[in-house]
Amino acid sequence: MPKPFNKLTAIAAPIMRSNIDTDVIIRIERLVGNAVRGTLGKWAFASLRYLPDGSENPAFILNREPYRRAEILVTGPNFGCGSSREGAVWSLQELGIRAIIGSGFGDIFFANCFQNGILPIVVDKEIADGLAAEIEHTQGAGCISVDLEGQTITSPSGTRHHFEIDPRRRVGLLEGLDEVLQTLRRDDEIRAFQASDRHQRPWIHFAGKQA
Amino acid sequence: MLLEKPRRTLLAKIWDQHVIAHIGDDTDLLHVDRHLLHDLGGSRGLLDLKSRNLSVHNPELTFATPDHAISTARGRAGTIKIGQELLAALRVETAASGIQMFDIDEPGQGIVHVIGPELGLSLPGCLIVCGDSHTCTHGGLGALAFGIGSSELTHVLATQAIIQRRPKTMRARFEGRMAYGVTAKDLILALIGEVGAAGGTGYAVEYAGSAIRDLPIEGRLTICNLSIELGAKMGLIAPDEKTYEYVRGRAYAPQGEMWERAVRAWRKLPSDTDAVFDREVVIDVDKIVPQVTWGISPEHVIGIDGDVPDPRTFGDPTRRAAIETALDYMGLKPGAPIVGTPVDWVFIGSCTNSRLSDLRAAAEVAHGRKVAPGVRAWVVPGSETVKRDAVAEGLDKVFVEAGFEWREPGCSMCLAANGETVAAGLRSVSTSNRNFIGRQGPRARTHLASPATAAASAISGAIADVRMLER
Repeated sequence: MPKPFNKLTAIAAPIMRSNIDTDVIIRIERLVGNAVRGTLGKWAFASLRYLPDGSENPAFILNREPYRRAEILVTGPNFGCGSSREGAVWSLQELGIRAIIGSGFGDIFFANCFQNGILPIVVDKEIADGLAAEIEHTQGAGCISVDLEGQTITSPSGTRHHFEIDPRRRVGLLEGLDEVLQTLRRDDEIRAFQASDRHQRPWIHFAGKQA
Repeated sequence: MLLEKPRRTLLAKIWDQHVIAHIGDDTDLLHVDRHLLHDLGGSRGLLDLKSRNLSVHNPELTFATPDHAISTARGRAGTIKIGQELLAALRVETAASGIQMFDIDEPGQGIVHVIGPELGLSLPGCLIVCGDSHTCTHGGLGALAFGIGSSELTHVLATQAIIQRRPKTMRARFEGRMAYGVTAKDLILALIGEVGAAGGTGYAVEYAGSAIRDLPIEGRLTICNLSIELGAKMGLIAPDEKTYEYVRGRAYAPQGEMWERAVRAWRKLPSDTDAVFDREVVIDVDKIVPQVTWGISPEHVIGIDGDVPDPRTFGDPTRRAAIETALDYMGLKPGAPIVGTPVDWVFIGSCTNSRLSDLRAAAEVAHGRKVAPGVRAWVVPGSETVKRDAVAEGLDKVFVEAGFEWREPGCSMCLAANGETVAAGLRSVSTSNRNFIGRQGPRARTHLASPATAAASAISGAIADVRMLER
């Protein structure tokens, strides 16, 4: 069940390269097994974060102060594209990330964020680039504020940007709603649909059994 | 009374049939007709459900098979310990919930996106989800199919339903005829090159046009498989006579009177002729040559007769930096022809290109030839059934005689979840779907191509143009 999200003021790290895929966020072998949660933060962005000998790559932003303490990422186009692995979101969460502001996200990654109480915000590319430039200008010291209720982002210099979000997603995050339990409240509707659909499309409901 | 139906797309028709409840702006609770589980996420979802004291809503609509974490060596030798544990857990948890599992060495086992169509589980007009982004593959039969995350997987197990926002619609029309050496893989790679890796984000893509109608079903599955690589979670192709012919008689397909009813319903699915799409793209198929990727995103693709891009020729600094990063990772010279780049590995397999027709295409190239010295070449059939059919045709012998390794079905080196990897710094030509950094192993270099191009590259020891091999 996701933790509620409302307001956040935090250090933000810009990672502006296009098409950062979920394989780059977390390699698959870190996700093989049923007890991987809690072990993933260390391996987030491993190919960027560590050199081949395993030591930290000093050039990578999350290895530098103050970005090590970032709770917000500002990202380039198509962040989180590729694989559906929810472990990508878990690894960012374990790294301490709570919101991601970018000009576009992979569809499945975007949905997975909400399931874990992480707020992904889509803004125009100019806004993302502008935020990244401001952060770099303050060498990371300038915080970004996100207000989900008011749907605003405030840049380090105080510029305020409105953002759009699906109202249902917004309420879900604000209240930390459990989608499974919410849907199960509609179980009568699900069963009624199935009862009627068994007549409409019996081949769906009797797979392999020729009733 | 005049009954005027709005001009509807294939997507809209399937979508509307699955709406249980309207729950928000463009957002619906949709019925899931088929939920496919695999070894990487299946038992995790079932255990998650159990820990919440919930049970599987419709086990009879849920099917499982191991594919990701099992070894593809003979006898499944060398399956990693954690892979064995996941396999054991999948067996225990599916049995406890009454879910059918297609186990290793049984007909029916295989890559989840190969077995769905093969068994007749995936049908036109049905809604299919799986915790894997390449679920879009099943759209090749006219199904609405898409990948979901772990939380959504638990939701589907518990409710047999999924909450989705209705996507925008794009139609990609492939018009013209495919030249010699050009395959379905080349068509879809060319489209990704054209619209980019985010070109389809937020869209469901319907593939249409004369070249799509001409494609056999397995080629259509390959087309839809790569939808996610252009950013589209869903890709689909209207069912037609070829589709019905393909589905007819499969183990889980309807039969007799129910079959007739189903086909009558499926015939109503294709988009109305005047249906309107949010975006239209037209691809001139006559101009497409075999494609190969040079970089670290599927959008980094060129014709096999092309040159690796030279970053210095790009004015936009972001674009230039992106190309430099990709070339540095791939170890390629700017501006050099891609043909002739020496390769260490060739992988023929994955949910993109591991079906019988793919293996036939590769075997045709391999027949009577030898894999070049120093190249390791694997053929990993997509399913136990594909394997048996290929063996019955003698394709395994063709491959083995040519020096390829003939393996057991699974995902294998496409994503290297089972420990089958390309070593750091080595170069692979792969029929899979992703050339991401480290996808086939840490610091491995991947070039995506068709089975014919991959086989030709194995023979040549370098990236090769299959059209140039002596016939």
